[in-house]
Amino acid sequence: MFKRLVEGGTAVTLTVDGTPVEARAGDSVAAALLAAGIGHCRTTPVTGAPRAPYCLMGVCFDCLVTIDGVGSRQACLVPVRDGMTVESQQGKREAGR
Amino acid sequence: MTRTADVVVIGGGIHGCSTALHLALRGLKPILVEKDYAGRHASGVNAGGVRQLARHVAEIPLSIASMALWERIEELVGDDCGFASHGTVLVAESEEELAGFRARVEDLRLKGFTHEELLDRRELKELVPAVSDHCPGGVVSRRDGAADPFRTTQAFRRRAVEKGAEIIEGVRVSGLARSGSAWRVETSDGPIEAPKVVNAAGAWADRIAAQLGEPVPLEVIAPMLMVTSRLPEFIAPVVILRSRKLSFKQLGNGTVVIGGGHLAEPHRDENRTVLDWPKLAISARTVWELFPVMREATIVRAWAGIEASMPDEIPVVGLSTTSEGVFHQFGFCGHGFQLGPATGAVMAELVATGSTNTPIDGLGIARFLPDRARPARS
Amino acid sequence: MNAADLASTYDLVVIGGGPAGLAAAAVAARAGLSTVLFDENPGVGGQIYRAIASTPLKDRAILGDDYWAGEALAAEAGASGALIVTGATVWSLDPGLGVGVSIAGAARLIQARRIIIATGSLERPFPIDGWTLPGVMTAGAAQTALKAQGLVPDGCTTVLAGTGPLLWLLAAQIVRAGGKLDMLLDATPGANWQRAAIHLPDFVLSPYFSKGMSLLQEVRGRVPVVRVDGLKAVGEDRLREVVYRAKGREHRLAADLLLLHQGVVPNVNLALAAGVTHRWNERQLCFEPVVDADFATSVPGIAVAGDGAGIAGGAVAAERGRLAAIAAVRALDPSARVPDAQPIRQRLQREERGRAFLDWLYRPHDALRRPNGDTLVCRCEEVTARQVRDTARLGCEGPNQMKAFLRCGMGPCQGRLCGLTVTELIAAERGTTPEAVGYYRLRPPVKPITLGELASLPKSEAERKAVER
Ligand SMILES: Cc1cc2nc3c(=O)[nH]c(=O)nc-3n(C[C@H](O)[C@H](O)[C@H](O)COP(=O)(O)OP(=O)(O)OC[C@H]3O[C@@H](n4cnc5c(N)ncnc54)[C@H](O)[C@@H]3O)c2cc1C
Ligand code: FES
Repeated sequence: MFKRLVEGGTAVTLTVDGTPVEARAGDSVAAALLAAGIGHCRTTPVTGAPRAPYCLMGVCFDCLVTIDGVGSRQACLVPVRDGMTVESQQGKREAGR
Repeated sequence: MTRTADVVVIGGGIHGCSTALHLALRGLKPILVEKDYAGRHASGVNAGGVRQLARHVAEIPLSIASMALWERIEELVGDDCGFASHGTVLVAESEEELAGFRARVEDLRLKGFTHEELLDRRELKELVPAVSDHCPGGVVSRRDGAADPFRTTQAFRRRAVEKGAEIIEGVRVSGLARSGSAWRVETSDGPIEAPKVVNAAGAWADRIAAQLGEPVPLEVIAPMLMVTSRLPEFIAPVVILRSRKLSFKQLGNGTVVIGGGHLAEPHRDENRTVLDWPKLAISARTVWELFPVMREATIVRAWAGIEASMPDEIPVVGLSTTSEGVFHQFGFCGHGFQLGPATGAVMAELVATGSTNTPIDGLGIARFLPDRARPARS
Repeated sequence: MNAADLASTYDLVVIGGGPAGLAAAAVAARAGLSTVLFDENPGVGGQIYRAIASTPLKDRAILGDDYWAGEALAAEAGASGALIVTGATVWSLDPGLGVGVSIAGAARLIQARRIIIATGSLERPFPIDGWTLPGVMTAGAAQTALKAQGLVPDGCTTVLAGTGPLLWLLAAQIVRAGGKLDMLLDATPGANWQRAAIHLPDFVLSPYFSKGMSLLQEVRGRVPVVRVDGLKAVGEDRLREVVYRAKGREHRLAADLLLLHQGVVPNVNLALAAGVTHRWNERQLCFEPVVDADFATSVPGIAVAGDGAGIAGGAVAAERGRLAAIAAVRALDPSARVPDAQPIRQRLQREERGRAFLDWLYRPHDALRRPNGDTLVCRCEEVTARQVRDTARLGCEGPNQMKAFLRCGMGPCQGRLCGLTVTELIAAERGTTPEAVGYYRLRPPVKPITLGELASLPKSEAERKAVER
């Protein structure tokens, strides 16, 4: 759905739901998911509907994911780091994981 | 034009609305006057705890009578008010504390109250599996529960109107004075005359009382609450602590409400409170220690409600000592939501018949007045 | 920078690192105030100058001169002596000027002597059927991905829809960058012209005019533009089709990416939570703080600069930031040297000219602001337009009561994506004005924080004593 206009930059690797995903230093987690063509990043706690990043500026909270074990983080505000683990969030996330 | 009614109820919290409903059920015509809207303050924004557990002995009869009404709340107000009964558990954090609880439970039994039961370590873990292992036991009141405060207050309001009460919102009572055999209540929307007046004005009730020559040491307080985003179910009963300030409950929708009595700074004339984050941080640390599973939960909102507190931490319920036909119903000290249904019934009974069978001795306003024997002014 | 390294008090705390915040911090720090600027993004720049220091797009033609103007502003702030902390989320501001901030998972409370809120704007909610589907995003989101990561739509059918100057700017930026844009659905109500026309002379004299005209031409030359008055996103698990109504007929277009935009509105959450008085702006259809000529609010010591004080754009935002900072310096240190305010006020006036025309012309369609039926209004709690309308009809008079009945506005976005819609729906159902209906009563934390972060707040003196005793 999106392509990178500029090639190069420092490659970093994340694990998204167990699968390695290539990203670039300077990506937010949400941008990395979009660039990798990942369809949705969570399902809602109310009806379980799928959601993907919507605003990319920290206001909509549709990009909530679990990052390195910490749930409900805003993927669009967190920069990627090599070796980071990202998990999509299913409904109400598990408390205290 | 002066309006007339049988009773003017001042204040549209759960207490005022409940009293208006019970008056209407008795065939009287009350007008309730509320300066903001029903449930705007403590009644609509409290923690929703419906608890008999750990109450002052003077309140227990009202609390027990209320519990009976809570259990058939839908019949009474036509809405289940989100009431669910999973008990309240008072958790002991040390053996010493548990010993104190044991003594209280035994003392209550001698007085004839059996709603509080002691829990040992195993029973506590069964009821509250997520509780930290350092807690040796506790006390449970099994019929307790929680309800949705705003919905409840609105349900009382709605049913009161259906039964014939008139409810005027956005109108402030500015004064009251005798007018012949009736009371003339001045409001921002013109005067109302009625033979009886109920002062259910919450954190503003001392101003009404002062006009009647009954100044009371009411303290305006603003207990704070915070709520998390939705979490999977992990706890059914409401949990409270004694030695540290905490009340903790998970609602049906998965959110967890954390309270317990840390106070914000109230500004009652501006309908405003200023939260005290260092104190909320204390609550957060308490939860951190008591419920390790909660450590990554996100807090989405914190707020405070404006409420009246009395020095002895029990409310003022009963007749005015100076002014015939005036009744007081305020000062619920951060735990009056559960008392709403029955206190309204008792007030309506007092207004209609002059007396009540529910023991409310110990709750009269006279306890704060310098000269208890002061005769009623006419 | 860690939360623990912050001082406990600053003369000035600036919240937001867009043009308003950067300009304010530069003026204040240069005049000698101890100044800290917080922004929750990884870099400064705000929306307009997003990722100004790190964007991979070095070809300056793509984002244009108006973007690159941010470089000088960021450099000025960087050299001013202000402490600039990015990745710092301000979650609380109280009327006593206490600030709660989180940095890398740890929270702190600090005290300010003056506050400038420069948290800017956010895109107006665009509540149509299907706006929550994956594949539907805001136009601003696409622009952010372009600026910050050099990402453009590609290999799919992309539709841009809505109204407002930014819609056209984004379209131009995407096509200049070589991205894919298949159609622009222009939802500007045709009737707007009548109201806008009387402001045309001012607009023609303003700097917006020539820029605007060339943008329109550039886009029309390269993307099919269709006037629409109805819009839906359709799909089960993701966007499959965009359904629109044009000239009274419904059309369906298979699409993978729908970018929505109908203007920006002030981001009022922090100011409201601090108790700042707001009012309804009928021309811009949003709430904005009441401010004086120095952008001071009803709360002593708190100013709101930039688009947060009413939408006027990036150049105006910087000038407003400067004026707010000059006032802060004057209040705290009357002997300090500050820039002359007079020329700044003149520039402000010049920039603001022409705004009325744009506001009236691009005033979004009623039907796209006040949905019906099962369209979701509150994305977080999944509350529909019908529920909100029915509840209003049953007597619910305001958004706070609505919140209690339906939980709309109670999710993590704290009303940012539904607040205006709920207010407008209640006003419409009850035959009154948005001003009379009011907005959600907002409470801190204005951004969610974890229990762990809150527990990490340093213990107060009093509490330490209580534990030691
Ligand atoms: C999505 C979008 C795209 C836009 N694109 C353009 C464009 O291309 N060209 C144009 O001329 N105008 C654009 N605008 C309008 C433009 O943003 C404004 O005119 C201008 O940026 C206003 O500047 P500001 O400093 O007031 O706010 P902003 O630039 O928005 O800066 C505010 C900053 O505050 C931060 N912040 C908010 N809350 C907190 C908090 N609680 N704690 C810490 N930090 C916080 C935000 O993250 C943000 O970085 C756009 C607006 C939006 C919403
Ligand atoms: S995409 Fe909206 S908050 Fe991250």
